[in-house]
Amino acid sequence: MTEIWVKNACVIDPLNHINGEIMDIAIRDGRIVESVSDRADVIDAQRCLTLPGGIDSHTHVSGTKVNFGRYMSPEDMRAGRTKRKGKMHVTSGYYVPTTFGNSYRYSAMGYTTLLEGAMAPLEARHTHEEFTATPHQDMMANTLFDGNWAVMDAVREKDVRKTAAVVAWTLKAARGYGIKLTNPGGTEAWGFGEDLTGIHEMVPHFAVTPAEIITTMMRANELLKLPHSVHLHCNNLGKPGNYQTTLETFDIVPDLNPDRQTLYATHVQFHAYGGGTWKNICSKAEEITSSVNSRPQIVMDMGQIMFGRTMTMTADGPMEFNLHCLHHNKWSNHDVELETGSGIIPVTYSKKSAVNCIMWAIGLELALLTKNPYQCLLETDNPNGAPFVKYPEIIGLLMSKRYRDEECATLHPETEKRTSLCALERELNWHDIAVMTRAGQAKALGIVNQGKGHLGIGAEADIAIYPIRTDSVDPAREYRKVVEGFQKTRYTIKRGRVVSRDGDIIVDGANATFWVDAMVPEDLKMENDPEFIKRFEQFYTVRMSNYPVQDVYLPRGRRIETEVFT
Amino acid sequence: MIIHDVICPFCGCLCDDLELECEGGKIIKVQNGCALAESTFMTDTRLPAPIRRTESGWEEISYNEAIKETAEILQGADRPLLYGWSSTHGEAQSVGVHIAELIGAVIDNTSTVCHGPSILAIQEVGHPGCTLGQVKNRADVIIYWGCNPIEAHPRHMSRYTTYATGFFVPDAQRERTVIVVDTRRTDTAGIADEFVQIEHGGDYAVLSALRAIVRGKASVIPAKVAGVSKEQLIRIAEICKTAKFGAIFFGLGLTMSRGKYKNIRNAIELTDELNRHTKFVISPLRGHGNVYGSNEVFTWMTGYPFAVDFARGIAFYNPGETTAVDILRRGECDAALIVASDPGANFPRAAAAHLAKIPTVVIDPHVNATTALARIHIPCTAAGIDAAGTAYRMDGVPIRLKKVIDRGYPDDAEILKKIYDRLNGGKGP
Repeated sequence: MTEIWVKNACVIDPLNHINGEIMDIAIRDGRIVESVSDRADVIDAQRCLTLPGGIDSHTHVSGTKVNFGRYMSPEDMRAGRTKRKGKMHVTSGYYVPTTFGNSYRYSAMGYTTLLEGAMAPLEARHTHEEFTATPHQDMMANTLFDGNWAVMDAVREKDVRKTAAVVAWTLKAARGYGIKLTNPGGTEAWGFGEDLTGIHEMVPHFAVTPAEIITTMMRANELLKLPHSVHLHCNNLGKPGNYQTTLETFDIVPDLNPDRQTLYATHVQFHAYGGGTWKNICSKAEEITSSVNSRPQIVMDMGQIMFGRTMTMTADGPMEFNLHCLHHNKWSNHDVELETGSGIIPVTYSKKSAVNCIMWAIGLELALLTKNPYQCLLETDNPNGAPFVKYPEIIGLLMSKRYRDEECATLHPETEKRTSLCALERELNWHDIAVMTRAGQAKALGIVNQGKGHLGIGAEADIAIYPIRTDSVDPAREYRKVVEGFQKTRYTIKRGRVVSRDGDIIVDGANATFWVDAMVPEDLKMENDPEFIKRFEQFYTVRMSNYPVQDVYLPRGRRIETEVFT
Repeated sequence: MIIHDVICPFCGCLCDDLELECEGGKIIKVQNGCALAESTFMTDTRLPAPIRRTESGWEEISYNEAIKETAEILQGADRPLLYGWSSTHGEAQSVGVHIAELIGAVIDNTSTVCHGPSILAIQEVGHPGCTLGQVKNRADVIIYWGCNPIEAHPRHMSRYTTYATGFFVPDAQRERTVIVVDTRRTDTAGIADEFVQIEHGGDYAVLSALRAIVRGKASVIPAKVAGVSKEQLIRIAEICKTAKFGAIFFGLGLTMSRGKYKNIRNAIELTDELNRHTKFVISPLRGHGNVYGSNEVFTWMTGYPFAVDFARGIAFYNPGETTAVDILRRGECDAALIVASDPGANFPRAAAAHLAKIPTVVIDPHVNATTALARIHIPCTAAGIDAAGTAYRMDGVPIRLKKVIDRGYPDDAEILKKIYDRLNGGKGP
C-alpha cells in the first residue's frame, strides 16, 4: 500500500466545481481517497496551483507517420538532445522527439494522459509498440476510418448497424479507442492522386459523400455507445475559404448524446479560413465560433500554430502534397491500403508571412470567442501547429491581452486587418485554462468515469502541481510567470506515484493503454460475415488472422466494454 | 500438425500466408513459400551450445559463462560496436539499443551496407510511398530498378505487384505494364514489357533525363543517355505520366552503384515530379526480414534509423563516421557484438578483418562466416521459427512473427537482457 498526502494545495477541479480552494488531497494505491494514514508520504504544495493531470485530446506522438517524421529528420533530432540521467533515457528531437523525449517533456508539463490523433488499423501494432515506450502517460489511439472500404460500403447501403459492426471489429482488432475521420473520402480519392473539395462530392468508385460518411459514422458511434464521439478532421484543411466546408459540416451534426458532444472537430484553426487565395485569406473565427456557440453537440480544439520550425504530419495525404507544392521542402507520403493515407512535410511558421500570422491569430480568436471553454480545447495538433512544449506560451497568450498586443506588434501588418484578434479584450482565467487542458478533454473523450480529468474521491491520482501562486500572480501583467510556471511542474503525480519533480523524471513509467471493445449483436459480427472475410483476404496484403493486435502489445491494456445494442 | 498463416521471416516481403506442417518439434513441410522460405524453415542447423575459441579450435561453454564473458568484453571496451539486428525481432533490437545507451557504444544495423544510401536520400527529400496493398489494388505501371525480385524477393511480384489481382486491377497480367531497368538482362528483365538496359554507373543520368522529359524539356536530351535511346526514354516517361498509379521499386543496383544516395534522391525527385501528373510511389526492396524494423526501433528510441553513436552520452549520428564499416575500417572499434546478421560475409575485407583482431561475440541462431572471425558464438532462437516477436515489412507494416516450434534455445532478447543486467549491476533496462 502506498499513500501520499498532498497538503496546502490550491485546487482547481472544474468537474467537481472546485475553483481555487486551499485543500488537501489523500492518495492511496493510485486513487484519490477520503483520508490516508499518518504513515503517508507528505507533499506540501505550499498553496501552489494544483490541477488534475493534463490531458491532450489530440496529439501525434506514436506510430508509423510520427516515426517517419523522426526518420527523415536528423536535423531535428540534433535540435533537442539530452543525455541519460538517473531514470531518464537519452532523448533526441525538438518537434518530433523520440518516444522517451515526448513522455518526459509532457510529464514535466504535468500531462498524464494522451490521445494519439491518428492510427491506421493496419499499422496499429506500431503505435502500441511506441505507446509502451512512452511510459509516463496513459495512452489511447484514435483509429482512422476515413477511407475504410468496408465502412464506405456500409454507408452506401445506408446501413448504420453494419457500419457500427465494422467499426467495432476494427477497433477491437487495432486496440483502438475511438473513430477518427481525416478528410473523409479524400484519403481514398488520394489513392489515385485526387482529392475532394466539398462534403457533398462523391468519393470516386465508392458512390458515397463525406457528408454521408460523417453522419452515418456519428450514428454508428452512438449506437455502439462509444465513450468518445466521432473525431473529425474536416475536409479541405488549410485551404483559403474552407470555413464554408467547416460550417456546412457543423450544420449536419445532430445532438445525439446528453453526456457529451456528438462531434469533436479537431484543429479547427486550420479550417477557419476566409478568402479564396493565399493573397486574400482572412479569419472566419467569428462565423465558426458563432456556430459552435449555438451547438452544444460540437466540441473543437484550437489547432493553434506558434512561430518557428515544426513538422506537419497527418493522414490527410492530398493536403500534405499541396503544402509540399508551396514549400518545396522534403515530402513523405504513405497511403495505407483499404484504410487511409498520410503525409509529412517540415514547415516554418514565420512572423514575416501574413498567412502564418493570420493562422496564429485565428487559433487564439477561436479560444477567445468560444463562450464555453468546454467547447474549445487547447492544443496545437502537436507537432503540426507547434510542438506541445509551446502550450505554456499559448496559455499565457490566452490569459493576457498585453502579451497578445506585444506579440501582435511584431507581426505582419495584415494581421490586424484580416483578423479581429487585436480587438478582443477577453482574458481567460485559471479555471478556463483548467477546463481547456484537462476537464474538457476528459469530458470530451468520455474518460471522466475512468477517473480522469478530476480529483474527486475514486479518481485516478493523476495530479500536476505547478510552481504558480494564483493569489499573487496577475496573469494579465505577469504572463512570463504564467508561461514559466506551466513549463515545469513542481510535482507530477501519475496514478499515485510522483513521476516528475521540477522537470526531471524520477521513476520508471507504468502507463496504461485504454481501448474500446464495442459489443455488437451476434448476427452482426464481422468475423462471421463471409463477404467481409472474402474481401479482406482478397484485397489486404496480410491475412485476416494476422491483422488483429495481440494482447502482448498492451502490457497494461485497459479494456472498456460497451453495452451491446439491439 | 498444420500451422496456417505463418510469416516467413527471411526477406522484407514477410509473406504471411505460409502453411507449415510440423511433427515432433520439427518442421517437415512448407507450403506457399518460395525456395528461400523453404530453406529458411527446413535448413535450420544450429550449434547445440555456445562455443568459445581456444588456441586449437573451439570449446563448448555454458550460456551463463558465455553471457558473463560477453558482458566483460563489452564492459572492458573503449569503443564497442553492436551490429546487425536485421534478422531478429524488435524486442531484441530494443534491448540492443538499451545496451548501447548504457555502455556508450555504437549501434548499427545492416542498412549500413544495403539501403543506408536510401535513408540518406529520404533524409534529404522525403519518401512518397505506400503500403504494398495500395500497389496491388491500384498500380497499372510497375518499375523495378536495379533489382531482381525473381531471385531476391521471389513472391514480391505474385503477392504485391505484377501478378497480384487487385481491386482496381482485376486482370493483373493484362492491365499492368512492367518496366525493368538494370545494367544486365536479369530473369526479372525477361518478364518486362519494357526493359531499359543502362550502362554501368549510368542510373543518375537516366533518372535526370526522365525528369527532364517529364518536365517537358525533352529537347535537351541527347540521342543516347548511358546507352538508353532517347526514343525509349520518351516512351517510358509517357507510360509513367499516363499511368493511373505507378510504383517504382529499387534495389542495391541503385543504392550501391556509382552515385549512391544521389541516385535514390534523383529517383525520389522523379517520383515527386510524376505526382504532378498522376499518382506515383517509390519504395526500396528491403532485404533482411526485419531490417526495416531495426530502422523503426532505432528511430523511436534514439531518433536515427542506423549508425547511432552513444559515446558522448547523447545519441549522435553521422553516417560515414558512425557506421559500422567505417568504425571497423579505421581500426577504432575494440570489441564487437554481432546479432542476427553476417558481416563476415558482407563487409569489405578490411572491416571484416578487424573483427577477427578484436574480441567479437556473435549471437545468432546459425553458424555463419562471422563465426569464423569470432571469439564466442552464442546460438539462440530464430525469430519467426522458434521465437515470436515483431517484424516490420519493407513498407512499414508491422507483423507479429510466430513461434511455430520449440527447439529449446533461449531467445536472443533474453540473452541480451542478461547481458544488460550484468552491465547494469543487476538491474534491467
